[in-house]
Amino acid sequence: MSGMLISMFGAVESGIIYAIMALGVYLTFRVLDFPDLTVDGSFVTGAAVVGISIVNGIPPIVATVLALIAGFVAGCFTGLLHTKGKVNALLSGILMMTALYSINLRIMEQPTLSMLNEPTVFNQLESIEAIGGIDSFFNGLLSMLGAEQLPATWVIVLAMIVVTLLIKLLTDFYLKTEVGLALRAIGDNKKMIRSLSANTDSLTIVGVGLSNGLVALSGGLVAQLGGFADVNMGIGMIVIGLASVIIGEALFGTKTIRRATLAVIGGAIIYRIIVTLALEVEFLDTGDMKLITALIVIVALVTPKILQVQKEKKRRIQKRKQLDRQIRGQNSA
Amino acid sequence: MLNLKNISITFNEGTPDEKNALDDINLKLEQGEFITVIGSNGAGKSTLMNVISGNLIPDVGDVIIDGKQVIHLPEYKRSRFIGRVFQDPMAGTAPSMTIEENLAMAFSRTKKRKLRSGVTKKRKEMFREHLETLNLGLENRLTANVGFLSGGERQALSLLMTTFTEPNILLLDEHTAALDPSRAELITNLTEEVVRKSGLTTLMVTHNMQQALDLGSRLIMMDKGQIIFDVRGEEKQKLTLEDLLHEFQRIRGTKFKSDRVVLG
Ligand SMILES: Nc1ncnc2c1ncn2[C@@H]1O[C@H](COP(=O)(O)OP(=O)(O)OP(=O)(O)O)[C@@H](O)[C@H]1O
Ligand SMILES: [Mg+2]
Repeated sequence: MSGMLISMFGAVESGIIYAIMALGVYLTFRVLDFPDLTVDGSFVTGAAVVGISIVNGIPPIVATVLALIAGFVAGCFTGLLHTKGKVNALLSGILMMTALYSINLRIMEQPTLSMLNEPTVFNQLESIEAIGGIDSFFNGLLSMLGAEQLPATWVIVLAMIVVTLLIKLLTDFYLKTEVGLALRAIGDNKKMIRSLSANTDSLTIVGVGLSNGLVALSGGLVAQLGGFADVNMGIGMIVIGLASVIIGEALFGTKTIRRATLAVIGGAIIYRIIVTLALEVEFLDTGDMKLITALIVIVALVTPKILQVQKEKKRRIQKRKQLDRQIRGQNSA
Repeated sequence: MLNLKNISITFNEGTPDEKNALDDINLKLEQGEFITVIGSNGAGKSTLMNVISGNLIPDVGDVIIDGKQVIHLPEYKRSRFIGRVFQDPMAGTAPSMTIEENLAMAFSRTKKRKLRSGVTKKRKEMFREHLETLNLGLENRLTANVGFLSGGERQALSLLMTTFTEPNILLLDEHTAALDPSRAELITNLTEEVVRKSGLTTLMVTHNMQQALDLGSRLIMMDKGQIIFDVRGEEKQKLTLEDLLHEFQRIRGTKFKSDRVVLG
C-alpha cells in the first residue's frame, strides 16, 4: 500500500510537469484547430537544449528558459511552413518533427545525455535550507496518517504546481486579450477574423510557436527531473498530450477558457495516474503503454458521446411516459 | 472615396472554362453614397466585391481608396477601412465565442490589436447599448455563445459588428438572401437605418429589384462583367420596376435572367 502511495505521488509529480506540454497541445489542437505533430520533436528539443546547456555549466534556470525559446522557434517554423509555404497542417508538423530528430541529435551530440551530478532547477530548489521545513511538515502529516514510506521531497511538486498554475493563468489572460481573441477566432472562423483586419498568418505562426515553447519547456523540466535527455523521449508525446486534453475535457468540461485550461491540467495528471495504475497490473509492461494510451484516448473520445445519446434516449422515453400518463388520466376522468 | 479604374479579371485563362468575370470596370463612389447593385447570375457582382475587399487581385486596374492606391494591400490590411457582411449568416461571426467576444473582435478592426483585455467593463456597456438598437434582446445575452443564435440573429449581429465601428466603405453581398422574408425585412431595415445614421459609403448587392429601387441613392446594373446601367439622384427615385426590366432588354437585347431575382 505504501509503495502505491509513493508511485501515485510520482504520477502526480510528473503529471503536473506534463500538463505544461498538454497546455501547448491544447493551444494548437483546440484553440487554433491546427493538428500540430511538431510536439514529438520539440519536446526533445527542450530536453536537449536543457541537457547540453547544463552540462556546459549554464545555470539551470537559464537553460530552462533557453528550452522554451528553442521550442518557440521550432513551432514558428511549422507555422511558417503551413501559412507561407501553404503546406498542409499535418504535413508541416510531420516534416518539422522529422527535421527536429536530426537537429536534436546535433544539439546533444549523442543519443543520450546524462545530467547526473549536474545541478538542475529541482536539486537547486531542494538544497535551499528553509525549504527543508516543508518536507518535514508534509511528511509529518503523512506519517500521522499511518504512511510508512514517505515521498523524498514535496518541494518539486509544490514548485511545479505554482509554475504550471502560473502558466495556466497567463494562458487564460492571453486568450482573453485582443490578440488572444483573434487567435481563437482563427480556429473558429478564419474568414471572419481576416475580414476584421487580423493577420491570420502571423497569428498562426505565433500561436504554433507559443504552443511548442510550452512543449519544449515541459521537455526541459522532464529531462531535469529524470536526470537525462534522450533523443527518443518524445515518441508518442503528441498522443499523450491529446489524451490529457481529451480526458480533461470529458471529465471537467470546457465551458469557459479558464475551465478548459484547468481541465487540461487535470487531464494530464489523471492520465499519469491511469498509466501508473495500469503498470501495477501484473501482465502489463512498459511496452504496452502506447496501446494503453491509444485505448484511453478512444475511451475518452467515445464514452461521452455514448452517454449523451443514452441520456437523450432516456429523456425521450420519460417524456413519452409522461404523455401517456396524461392521456390515460384524461380518459379515466 | 472609392475609385475603381479599368478593373479586369479573367478566371481560368486559356482553358475552356475561361471566364471574363470583370471587363474593364470603372466606378467612382462619393463619400456617403449608398449604391445598390443588381445583375443576373454570374454577372460579376461578388467578384467586384472581392476585388474591392482585397480577397481577389484583379489582372489589371486600380483600386483607390481616399486617394490611396490599395491594390497591393492584402485583405486583412484593407479591412481596417472596409467592412463586410457576407451572404451566409454563419460566415460573419465566430460560433464558439460569446456575443461580447465577437463584438470585441469587431471593435479591434480599426486598431492594432494589443495584449490588453478585449472585453472590459466599459466596452461591455458600449456593446450593450449597441445591441439594444437591434431590438432582439441580445443585450441580455452578452455571454451566450453566438452558435446558439438563430440565422437572423446572427446576421443582425454581423451587421452590427461590421457597422458600429463605422467603416469608410461598407460592402454587403446579398446579406439578406439566406433569411426568411420577415427576418430579411428586419435586416434590411436595420441596414437602412445604420447607413443613414452614420452616413456610410455603401455598396449593396441584392437580388430583390424592388429593394434595389427603394434603398440607396444610386443603382447600378451589371451583366457579363460590365456595368451596363447607372442611375442616381432624382432619376433613380423616379425609376420603376418596369423601367428597369425594359432598360435591361433594351441594352442587352435579351430578357433579364436570374434564378433568384425577386421582382415584387
Ligand atoms: N474563383 C473563381 N474561379 C473561377 N471562376 C470564377 C471564380 N469566381 C467567380 N467565377 C466566375 O465568374 C463569374 C462571375 O461570378 P460572380 O460570383 O462574381 O457572379 P455574381 O454576379 O455574384 O453572381 P450571383 O448573382 O450568382 O451571385 C461567374 O461565371 C463565376 O462562375
Ligand atoms: Mg454573388
